[in-house]
Amino acid sequence: MVAVLKTVFAFFGERGFESHPLRFEEQGGKLKIHEYQAKALLGQYGIPVPKGNVVHTPAEAKKMATEIGGKVVVKAQAYAGGRGKAGGIKTVNSPEDAEKAARQMIGTKLVTHQTGPEGVPVSKVLVEEASDAARELYLSILVDAVSHLPVMMASEAGGMEIEEVAQSAPERIFKSHIDPAIGFQPFQGRKLAYGMHLDGGQVGEATRLMTNLYKLFMDKDCSLAEINPLVVTADGKLLALDAKLNFDDNALYRHKDIQELRDKEQEEPLEIQARDWGINNYVKMDGDIGCMVNGAGLAMAVNDLIQYCGGRAANFLDIGTLNNTERVVNSFKMFIADPRIKAVLVNIFGGMARVDVIAKGVVEAYQQMDIPFPIVVRLAGTNLEEGERILAESGIDFIPAKDFYDGARKVVEAAKGVVK
Amino acid sequence: MSILVDESTRLLVQGITGSEGSFHTQRCIEYGTKVVAGVTPGKGGSKHLRVPVFNTIEKAMAETGANASLMFVPPAFAADGILEATEAGMPLIVCITEGIPVLDMVKVHRYLKGKPTRLIGPNCPGVMSPGKCKAGIMVGEIHLPGNVGVVSRSGTLTYDVVSQLTGLGVGQSTCVGIGGDALPGSTFVDILKLFQADQDTKAVVIIGEIGGTMEQEAAEFINHKMTKPVVAFIAGSTAPPGKRMGHAGAIITGSAGKASEKMKALSQAGATIAPTPAEVGLTTKEVLENL
Repeated sequence: MVAVLKTVFAFFGERGFESHPLRFEEQGGKLKIHEYQAKALLGQYGIPVPKGNVVHTPAEAKKMATEIGGKVVVKAQAYAGGRGKAGGIKTVNSPEDAEKAARQMIGTKLVTHQTGPEGVPVSKVLVEEASDAARELYLSILVDAVSHLPVMMASEAGGMEIEEVAQSAPERIFKSHIDPAIGFQPFQGRKLAYGMHLDGGQVGEATRLMTNLYKLFMDKDCSLAEINPLVVTADGKLLALDAKLNFDDNALYRHKDIQELRDKEQEEPLEIQARDWGINNYVKMDGDIGCMVNGAGLAMAVNDLIQYCGGRAANFLDIGTLNNTERVVNSFKMFIADPRIKAVLVNIFGGMARVDVIAKGVVEAYQQMDIPFPIVVRLAGTNLEEGERILAESGIDFIPAKDFYDGARKVVEAAKGVVK
Repeated sequence: MSILVDESTRLLVQGITGSEGSFHTQRCIEYGTKVVAGVTPGKGGSKHLRVPVFNTIEKAMAETGANASLMFVPPAFAADGILEATEAGMPLIVCITEGIPVLDMVKVHRYLKGKPTRLIGPNCPGVMSPGKCKAGIMVGEIHLPGNVGVVSRSGTLTYDVVSQLTGLGVGQSTCVGIGGDALPGSTFVDILKLFQADQDTKAVVIIGEIGGTMEQEAAEFINHKMTKPVVAFIAGSTAPPGKRMGHAGAIITGSAGKASEKMKALSQAGATIAPTPAEVGLTTKEVLENL
C-alpha cells in the first residue's frame, strides 16, 4: 500500500495537477481585437474604464483631448504587446501635445518585441483621461486545459507581463477555478481581493468587477480576458487601465457583434487572402517552399521534414477535408501570390479527402494559370490509382514522390534549382 | 485483445443521415463493424443504410444494445449530442466533429466528471482495432492486426505512420486518435493506461504535436508506470510561436508547448524518439526486434 502511494505521489507530486498551476496558455484559436474595443465591452459589463474614445486623425485627437480636459494618454491601437516601450503610448499635458503625439503615431508602423521587424500599422489612437495610479494590479480569466475549467488569476504585480511574474514570484499570483455550473462566487472574489491586499470597500468592488468579467468571458466566448494593469486610483477606486480580450474562433458563429470587430489591416495579408479563398488553415512562414497538405499534423510534419532535408517552408497549409477542386486551385493561387515561392510540395494522404479530387484540382490549376515553379506531388490513400491516372494522363509537368520523405527531399532540391 | 473497441462493439452513429455520417457509416459497415443504430432527431422510425434510426439515444440503446457511439454532429450541436449520450449511459463516445467551441467543452467535461462514459475526441479520426472494429473515418485498408498500440493527436499523420508500420509488417492492436483540440475527452495518459493493461499490446507509438502539456504528462506516466516500450514523434518543430497550426490545440504559447521540450521529456522518460516522421515505422520495428 505504501509502495503504491509512493508511486502515485511520485507521479502526481512531481508534476501533478496542482504542482504546475501557473500556465498562461489560451485554449482555442483566437480572434484579437483592439484595446478601445475591449474597453467598450468592459464598459458594457459595468467594469470601470478611463473616459475617452478612439480617433483617426490628429485633429480629432486634439478635439478629444480638449473634451476630456487636463492630462491625457494617447495610445496607438495595434495588435501588439509592448507598445509602451516602443513609443506607442504617450502621456501629454495639452490638446496640442495630444495632436502632436497622434501625428507621430497615425500612419506609421509600430515595431515592438512581439511584432517582428515589419511591425503593425497604426491607423487610429485611443485618447483617454490620464489616471493617477496608486497601485497596479493584474486580473485575467482563461480556460485551464488540465482542469478543463475557467480560472480567474489575480496578482498585485500588475503592469508587467504575467509570465515574468510567474517565473520570478509565483507566490504573488492567486488563482481560483470556476465551476461553470454555478459561476463565479463571492468567496472567490474575496480570496483573490485579499490576495491582492485590497481592503474595505475595494474588496466588494473587486468582487463585483470579477463577477462581471467572468460574465463577459462566458457570454462572448472569450479565450482570454485580461486587465493589466487594473489600477487602484489615488482616491481608492478600481479602474481598467489596459485590457486585452481574445475570442475563440470556433464560437464566432454565435457572436456576429464580435466578428465585426476584426481589423484585417492588423493581420498578415497572405493569411487574409487565404481565408477569403476558403483556406482557413494557412500560416505564413519564412521559407521559400510552398506546401499543400491535408491534415494539420501531417502539414506540420511535412514542414519539419523539409527543414530536416535542408529547406524552409514558406507556409503551413492544411486544405482540410472538403472534397472540391476549387480549394486546390485556390491553394495554387496562394503560391502564385507569394513571390518567395521557388518550389511546391503537394502531399496528400487521402482519408476523408479523396486523392482523385485533389489530382483533378492540380490539373485544373495547371490549366488556369501559368505555374512558374516546379511541383513535387506525393499521393497516398483513398482513390490513389484514379488520382495517379488523372495526373499521368493530363500530361502536366510534375515530379512524383513515393513517400513524404522522398517528397521533402525532392522539393528541397527543386527549390535549390537542382531538379527542374 | 485490443482497447476501447473490438468484435463486441455495437456501434450507434449520431448524425447517421448527414452526408459525412452516411459516407463513413457505410465504410464502417464494409469494414465489418456492427453498426446497430443511428440517431437523427426527427427521423426516428426510418432506416438508413439498412440501419434503424431513432430520435433519441436512450431509445436506440434500449432497443439495440448499442455500447459505443460515433458522432458526426455539426459543431454547434455537438456538445449537446455528447451530453445526451452521456446521460443515456453510453460507455464510449467517439466524437469526430471539428470546431466545437472551447466553452462548450468546458460544460461537457464538467458534466462527464464522475460518470462512467469515456469520450474520445472531439476533432479526431476515431478508434480502430484492425480486423475487429472501425469506429471512425480512418482508411481501413492501411491497417494490419498486430501488437502495436498507436495513439495520436493527428489524423492524416497517423495514417502515414500506420501505413509505414503495415508496410514493414508491423500490425496494430488499436489505433486511437485523441484529436487536435485543446480540451480532448481523453488524453495520452488515459490511453497509455489502457495499452499498458492490454495483453496484446507489446509496444506503443505516440504521435504528439506542439501546444499544451499532454506529452509531458505522458512522459511522467511512461517514466513511472509503463513497462512497455514507447516510440514517439512530435510534429511542429518548425512551427512559429503564437500561431495556431490548424488544430485548435496546436499553438505554442509557452516554452512547454514547444516540440523540443516535449521530445526532451519523452526521451528522458525512456521513450525512443523517431528522428523524422517518415521513420516512425522503422524505429518501431527496431524497438520490437530488440525486445
